[in-house]
Amino acid sequence: MTHADFRALHLRGMSRDFGLLNALKGVDLTVERGEFIALLGPSGCGKSTALNCLAGLLPLTAGSIWLDDKRIDRLGPEDRGFGMVFQNYALFPHMNVRRNIGFGLRMQRRVKAEIDAKVEEAIRLVRLGAQAEKLPGQISGGQQQRVAIARAIVVEPPLVLMDEPLSNLDAKLRLEMRAEIRRIHNLLGCATIYVTHDQDEALSLADRIVVLRDGQVRQIGTPEVLYARPAHADVAEFMGYRNVLPARAMRDGGIVRVSVGQATFAGTLVDDVNDGPALAAIRPEDLTPRDGGPLAANVRTAEYRGRDFYGVAVTADGTELFFRAEHRVATGETLHLGADASRVLVYAA
Amino acid sequence: MRGRMPAGERLWATAIWVIVGFFVLNLLALIATVVVSSFGTRWLGTWLPAGFTTRWYASAWEEFQLPDVLLTTLEVVGAVVVLSGVLGVPAAYAMARRDFPGKALLMLVFLLPLLVPPITFGIPLATVLYRAGLAGDIGGVILANLVPTVPFVILIMVPFIQQIDPRVESAARVFGAGTFRMFVHVLLPLLAPGILAALLLVLVRTIAMFELTFLTAGPTSQTLVVALYYAVFAAGVRAGQSIDAMAVVYMVTSLLWLLIALRFVNPTQIVTRGKRAG
Amino acid sequence: MSDRVPLSVRLSQRGLDGVTLLALPALLFVIALFVYPFLYGLVLSFKPKVGGLFANYVTFFSDPFLYSTIGKTLWLAVPVTLLNVALSVPVALRVRLMRRQRLLTTILVIPITLGTVLVAEGMLNYLGPRGWLNRFLLEFGLSSSPVRLIHNYWGVFLSLVITGFPFTFLLTLSYVTGIDPSLEQAGAMLGARARQRFNEILLPLLVPGLIVTFCLSFVQAFSVFPSAVLLGAPAGDTRVISVAAYTAAFEDYDYSMASAIAMIMAFVQVAIVVALLGAQKLVYRGPAGGGKG
Repeated sequence: MTHADFRALHLRGMSRDFGLLNALKGVDLTVERGEFIALLGPSGCGKSTALNCLAGLLPLTAGSIWLDDKRIDRLGPEDRGFGMVFQNYALFPHMNVRRNIGFGLRMQRRVKAEIDAKVEEAIRLVRLGAQAEKLPGQISGGQQQRVAIARAIVVEPPLVLMDEPLSNLDAKLRLEMRAEIRRIHNLLGCATIYVTHDQDEALSLADRIVVLRDGQVRQIGTPEVLYARPAHADVAEFMGYRNVLPARAMRDGGIVRVSVGQATFAGTLVDDVNDGPALAAIRPEDLTPRDGGPLAANVRTAEYRGRDFYGVAVTADGTELFFRAEHRVATGETLHLGADASRVLVYAA
Repeated sequence: MRGRMPAGERLWATAIWVIVGFFVLNLLALIATVVVSSFGTRWLGTWLPAGFTTRWYASAWEEFQLPDVLLTTLEVVGAVVVLSGVLGVPAAYAMARRDFPGKALLMLVFLLPLLVPPITFGIPLATVLYRAGLAGDIGGVILANLVPTVPFVILIMVPFIQQIDPRVESAARVFGAGTFRMFVHVLLPLLAPGILAALLLVLVRTIAMFELTFLTAGPTSQTLVVALYYAVFAAGVRAGQSIDAMAVVYMVTSLLWLLIALRFVNPTQIVTRGKRAG
Repeated sequence: MSDRVPLSVRLSQRGLDGVTLLALPALLFVIALFVYPFLYGLVLSFKPKVGGLFANYVTFFSDPFLYSTIGKTLWLAVPVTLLNVALSVPVALRVRLMRRQRLLTTILVIPITLGTVLVAEGMLNYLGPRGWLNRFLLEFGLSSSPVRLIHNYWGVFLSLVITGFPFTFLLTLSYVTGIDPSLEQAGAMLGARARQRFNEILLPLLVPGLIVTFCLSFVQAFSVFPSAVLLGAPAGDTRVISVAAYTAAFEDYDYSMASAIAMIMAFVQVAIVVALLGAQKLVYRGPAGGGKG
């Protein structure tokens, strides 16, 4: 399949203002052809609003959307030609799989032979040959998901929008469909914008991740950057840095030392922090018991996760720490926890 | 779609609002005429009556024996509300909690009195009641009015009961509540909102139920709506304004209860079960 | 010592126990006051005052004064119901997008609550030769003489619109709001314009509900009674079938004939409803949601 030729999609100050929740405040973003972008954020951050604005289902209150040099934000959804996979799939319940997939082509009034051929190809692409004549109500959730994807891509859209498409599936199927979505994206070469609140999904699928919070872009970056070097403490917290500790920073040559309570250890500066109050962010998997670990804490709970133990420990001043241990730890035991300097990210408070 | 509307679509939307506005305007005007007329003195060939008075209410009160009629209405409506609850709620409970052979058929039997219009089954029903010597007095009116209201309560309560988790009842039993205490302390409080809604709807419907009361009532067992019908039917015998005064009394009675009912139910529920209340 | 399961256990496994018995009083009530009277009426209709088994039916279908009531009733009920359903669909589709639906639905529920008798009294005032409507038409030169809208076909027709439209509309609205809005959005994303979305998505999903709505509205309109007497010409154009049944029972005291007419009335209603529900089998009948099945 070949896709409508375009180089990039530009969002310029895209805003949507209706009340406090789900608003969108001046989003700027450029999406290249062939890119897979994940819009990531907690619920209410505006990520679904952003998707609906892109789709044309919600009008913008300010800003513009451009497909190369063509302004499209004034067009209705039917004139944008994008594909969309809805959270609940939104399959037409009165049409069988084949007719659902062919809907967009019929709306474009393509000739029947062409429609049949393209639908057949799409059915093969999503491996639904045996289900083609069934109604959506007669197939499983995973199969419905495939129909929804096939229906969105069969019209060869320049851009495919996906709104938390995996949230209705069980854990095993979710992993399977994740791989499937990426496979199809690679085959087609269109751009995909994928909304999710699950950072695992975003990390594993996307070429670039856009983190949204309160309707604003907090960070745009590759999965590697977002995982290892979140730009802000709140992004870090969302990306799995469960320990975000109030600290004091002291510059010491090339490194920064932070003190949490009585303990002092080395960290990596992310923001340009002066000496004084700061935040130290550490992933639980990086905070481990070690000889001379600066953070002394009592184990409150610990659970076996296969391979490692994960748990919560409490310092003398009552700070909760999420840690990982390679050997079984007992409740009440005192651990000396520490992390490598490169894994302790220091942000402005 | 939700974006900027094209001109054709905007024209279409305007046309629809004009139709709705025209309908509502005429409806309100129709009600207003009755109210204005009931307070008017002489009203011939002008927009408004020559003057205003409340004397038609006094004369309607006398002429149409409104105290008796209101009392009868109250008795009929009260009895219908209580009895349809007593008969309908337990049946709804059984229908919601048990699956038994013939349940679909039973549901159909309960649905039929709601689907068949009252005038159609009212005539054979009135015939049977007259032959049995039950019609003509208030007992017959109550029995006839219960025919659609008992199924109505069942229809509303079944989905309501189904959405209450049966494990709540099991839990009460596990904690040692007997059937009676389980009913009083657990089931009744959970069912109360549904029962209230269903019975308020029964009340509003029974005040307005014309056909069944008309076919079974005798001279001393007329409800307000039937008395109003006879007054309108025999218009010319009495002053039009006192008929309007009586119409206003009827209107106030039923709209008052409608307002109360709407605090607990959705307007759509007066016609249907509402938004899939299940 | 037999291992036979006691009867009560076997019954309760089939769902028959004390709880099931709670349905019994209501069932007995409906049988005594609905099923039995209907059957009684059916039998009674075959026991005419004079003549053989079918004498009532023969009389009905040979006397133009009687058999014409079917045609007159249909001539009222069918156009009114078609009009009400046809108006309800576009209005419901528009109202569904409104945030404040409740005010409109509350206003529309008023005529249903007030009932036909009060609407008839209001219409006699409002549409009468000296009513506001005719005053308005004369004052603004829209008509040279008062328009006759009561005591004829149109009086009954309009009263059936005033009480019937809200009923039809509220039913239609509940079906329309049952359709997942994301289906229409999906249609738009795939390039379908408003008309195509209506034809391809909304209408096919609405048809089953519209057929039910039509049936319920039609049955109501077909049994029109008080407004046909008060607003129509009960001896002429609007001598509907329920008037004929009522006259037979309470003016001629011929309960046998009245039962026969009631049975014919029920038969016509059932015939039309069955025909329409049969047609419904030919179209899609399933959930109108787009979600997981």
